[in-house]
Amino acid sequence: MKNTIRQVFHSPKFVGGFVIFVAILLTMFIYPLFNPGNPLQQIGVGTFAKPGTYVSLYDATKTTPETFRLPEADENRLAASLSDEDRVAMVEYFTAMGIDISDLDTGDTDTLLQMWEDNYDPSVRPKGMTGARVNYFKRLNNSLQDLKGGDTIIIAEEGEDGALVESKSISTTDYVRTGAVANVKTLPLGTDNFGRDVLKELVSATGTSIGIGLLAGIVATLIGLTFGLLAGYLGGFVDDFIMFITNIFTVIPGFVLLILISYSIGQEQRGAAVVATVIGLTGWTWTARSVRSQVISLRNRDHVNLSKLSGHSLLRIILTDILPYIASYVVMAFILQVSSGILAEAQLSLLGLGPRTTEVPTLGLMMNWAMLYSAHTNGSWWAYFPVILVITLISFSLNLMNTGLDQVFNPTLRD
Amino acid sequence: MNEPVRVQKDFTNAPLCLSGKGVTKVFGFGDKKTVAVDHVDFEFHEGEFVSIVGESGSGKTTLSKMLLGLSNATEGEIFFQGKPRDISSGHKKKEYWKGIQAIFQDPFSSFNTFQKIDTVLLDCINMRGGKGLSKQEKFNMMSDACHFVNLEFKELTNKYPFELSGGQMQRLMIARIFLLKPKILLADEPTSMVDACSRATILDMLLNLRDEIGMTVIFITHDIGLAYYISDSVYIMEHGKFVEYGKADEVILHPQAAYTKRLISDVPKIHEEWDLSTVDLHA
Amino acid sequence: MGKVMLEVRNLKTKYVTRFHEDVYAVDGVSFTIEEGKSLGIAGESGCGKSTLALSMMGYYFPPLHYMSGDIIIDGQNISGMDPDTVRKTILGSEIAYIPQAAMNALNPTQKIIRFLEDVIHAHDPKKTKKEIREMAEARFAEVGLPLDALDKHAVELSGGMKQRTVIAVSTILNPKVLIADEPSSALDVTSQKLVIKMMRELMEKGHVKSMLFITHELPLLYNVTDDIMVMYAGQIVEKGTAREMVFDPVHPYSHGLMGSILVPEEGTRGHKLAAIPGAPPNLKNPPDGCRFAERCKYATADCRYTSIPEKPFGEGRMYRCLKGLDELKEVYSHE
Repeated sequence: MKNTIRQVFHSPKFVGGFVIFVAILLTMFIYPLFNPGNPLQQIGVGTFAKPGTYVSLYDATKTTPETFRLPEADENRLAASLSDEDRVAMVEYFTAMGIDISDLDTGDTDTLLQMWEDNYDPSVRPKGMTGARVNYFKRLNNSLQDLKGGDTIIIAEEGEDGALVESKSISTTDYVRTGAVANVKTLPLGTDNFGRDVLKELVSATGTSIGIGLLAGIVATLIGLTFGLLAGYLGGFVDDFIMFITNIFTVIPGFVLLILISYSIGQEQRGAAVVATVIGLTGWTWTARSVRSQVISLRNRDHVNLSKLSGHSLLRIILTDILPYIASYVVMAFILQVSSGILAEAQLSLLGLGPRTTEVPTLGLMMNWAMLYSAHTNGSWWAYFPVILVITLISFSLNLMNTGLDQVFNPTLRD
Repeated sequence: MNEPVRVQKDFTNAPLCLSGKGVTKVFGFGDKKTVAVDHVDFEFHEGEFVSIVGESGSGKTTLSKMLLGLSNATEGEIFFQGKPRDISSGHKKKEYWKGIQAIFQDPFSSFNTFQKIDTVLLDCINMRGGKGLSKQEKFNMMSDACHFVNLEFKELTNKYPFELSGGQMQRLMIARIFLLKPKILLADEPTSMVDACSRATILDMLLNLRDEIGMTVIFITHDIGLAYYISDSVYIMEHGKFVEYGKADEVILHPQAAYTKRLISDVPKIHEEWDLSTVDLHA
Repeated sequence: MGKVMLEVRNLKTKYVTRFHEDVYAVDGVSFTIEEGKSLGIAGESGCGKSTLALSMMGYYFPPLHYMSGDIIIDGQNISGMDPDTVRKTILGSEIAYIPQAAMNALNPTQKIIRFLEDVIHAHDPKKTKKEIREMAEARFAEVGLPLDALDKHAVELSGGMKQRTVIAVSTILNPKVLIADEPSSALDVTSQKLVIKMMRELMEKGHVKSMLFITHELPLLYNVTDDIMVMYAGQIVEKGTAREMVFDPVHPYSHGLMGSILVPEEGTRGHKLAAIPGAPPNLKNPPDGCRFAERCKYATADCRYTSIPEKPFGEGRMYRCLKGLDELKEVYSHE
């Protein structure tokens, strides 16, 4: 036993998968300690806030500023405010003026503005340009001058007599330290369509999904193991009967069965545990088949015959003379069942047949929400891509562990 | 070679231990039907060392499974101590198995690799109703059994069977039989997978054990030289039938059946020429 | 003295286990086989006889590793050669090898003629299929195999027939040395006799120049080979002609082995067999002195600590024991 474990941890594949899986588990347990609270709480009012650090504007204005004169500040501001539309319009103007723009890079704000300064002449009306367009360029020019000049923002408060009184002015050179601002929120993965913190939700969903996978794996393995052992060892009528049922389950596509059962249970009854059990109930067939074939090859082994001759009971023979021999195999089958359970949950939820949405997030549900609110078409990658990554990592690590175990236990694959 | 240490005893008047009439085993149905064992009659006496000799496919292993009660005969009846054997229910099977034990060909598959040697031997004591014995008594019994097969029990405690060599494992099997003291021991090619040195040791131990507890040994083998060395009587099996049987000396030194003659002439020998000229490659 | 076909000088090879421990399976083995002669190797399982066969073919794929020594086939030293080169240039034409249970090594999806094509093409890619078929038919007719077996699959042949086919395929290139590792142990006595007869015939007709035959069945060696050597724990403990080895063994281990012979002959019945107690030593840390000392009835304290050289005597005989010849004879006579 000790030696087996030593061999298992000598397999690079198993160790690789194990490290990834343990890292995921650790994150699952440690992250909520630093960031407690309900993962389904809606913190944002809008949908799909981008990932990043959010500074409270209100608190920032209340914080005493420092003054920095940074040379690049103006340019940065300009670059951030100059929209793509404006840039295209500027190029259109240059073309109309007949200026050579062959080596102009519209992303280079500095050169673009310099060229604008050099070439814009409000008094000239380029050939073929409408009056409205000319006025548009005038407005564009004005707003550019405003940004450049950097007017001071004045904050006014209502005085005792009802008139607005200047309480504070913020100049372009005022800076506050993020640490000094009372409310700063970092959202590494932004928010989802309901304005919930995606990272927090993801960590919680990973836990639920692994739980669903484990439960589904246990259910499937237990049923498959029991059926396989009985069919393989007893043979005869019991074998025929169990294999008949197994064949029926094998012939009906498992996923279709899963959809039908989930649908008939109804949204209200579908908790995470129920979904997991249903997944387990439809996924046991191949465990049963392979356990049966292993048991058939074992039941005629001499040590089983000797155990029979020693008068041992059926249960004892199965538990001590058969089960230990297929244990490694069952563990491998279980790992694969967990992995496929997690995937099955994701598929079901994507179709809207997952656990009911009010209690817990699961990886599948997160994908379902992202899809319903068109995250994939409006460029909100953070709402679905990290979920896909986590699902991939979990099933990759589980499969890697399985391959590693297979190499240790299956002598024909040993190097 | 010195004088023989064992003299041939006459068992014809000894009481019957296991006998059969018209025992047949058929596999499959219709066109695919194969008759593995074809209406064989046999009489094994108490304390007798019987060899069943046959080449692969002769049906000797099928017969052994029937004798052990691990499979049922298609036709015919087997008598245990003179009375028809009844193994129709699980309970009756257990009763029958108290009187018969086996040693199989492959020592590596005869042990449960997950059970320690202590467990294996302790199990035998418990089976013989030794559950209530004190720890020391059990330890002594196990030591005796191991001593009988030239193993040291102290060195075997907390070891697993696969840590032993093939020959040692077969000896442990004999120690098991020593503890169980069955009426009949069926040994199915117990030496075909161990080498010549261990073979001699194991055969000697089997003979000693037979003398010690007076059981009947049914020895199944393909090696006619070995059968001659060890047995009181010999049954030669070909295509599911016994073609010749009788006392070992008579059958092997004066064979009557053509098949027996061929078997004996095909074994390489030491004191007489091994006749390769009779072999026709182009036949 | 005939021409020396195979010479092995002080060959040492080892296995490296999964946990990087060295097992010295062949430890300083030397012998020669002359043209037209056959040599038998006897020994219990785990004594290194199969490893010796693999080592002689230059089959050094992990976990087997070459350490030192020479293997000279008809004047050509193949030791230290790259195993892939050995496989391409030596195997088949110089050395043919028949492993244990070779009959199960035939790919069940291919016809027998395809194996022959593979073997011949590996050494002479220019041969056409027609030429190969002619060669194969001639050889099969000569050794009494049915010609229609060429177009059959391995599963359609019986065990003995499969084994004979394997031998015919592996000796089609007329090798100088044929190494047969327990070629008949899995067969019934009748098929065994056919296999032996066929190997004999191949040697008599000169298709195979010399043969090395490995088995633990002594009566078989006695009837098949000219010389016998006994191997124990990676070393040769005694060497001599077949007759000398069976009727006048010198080394206590060979003596014990010969005592365990069982044949259906008058007089063998009921005798006490000379069994050797104990198990061979662990080859991870072989003992300094005599490797057999632990199990030897006649061993003294000196045996355990003195390293024992090969002692030649008589006509080309050799044994490896601390005791003198007369001393051993004296001990045996008292039994």
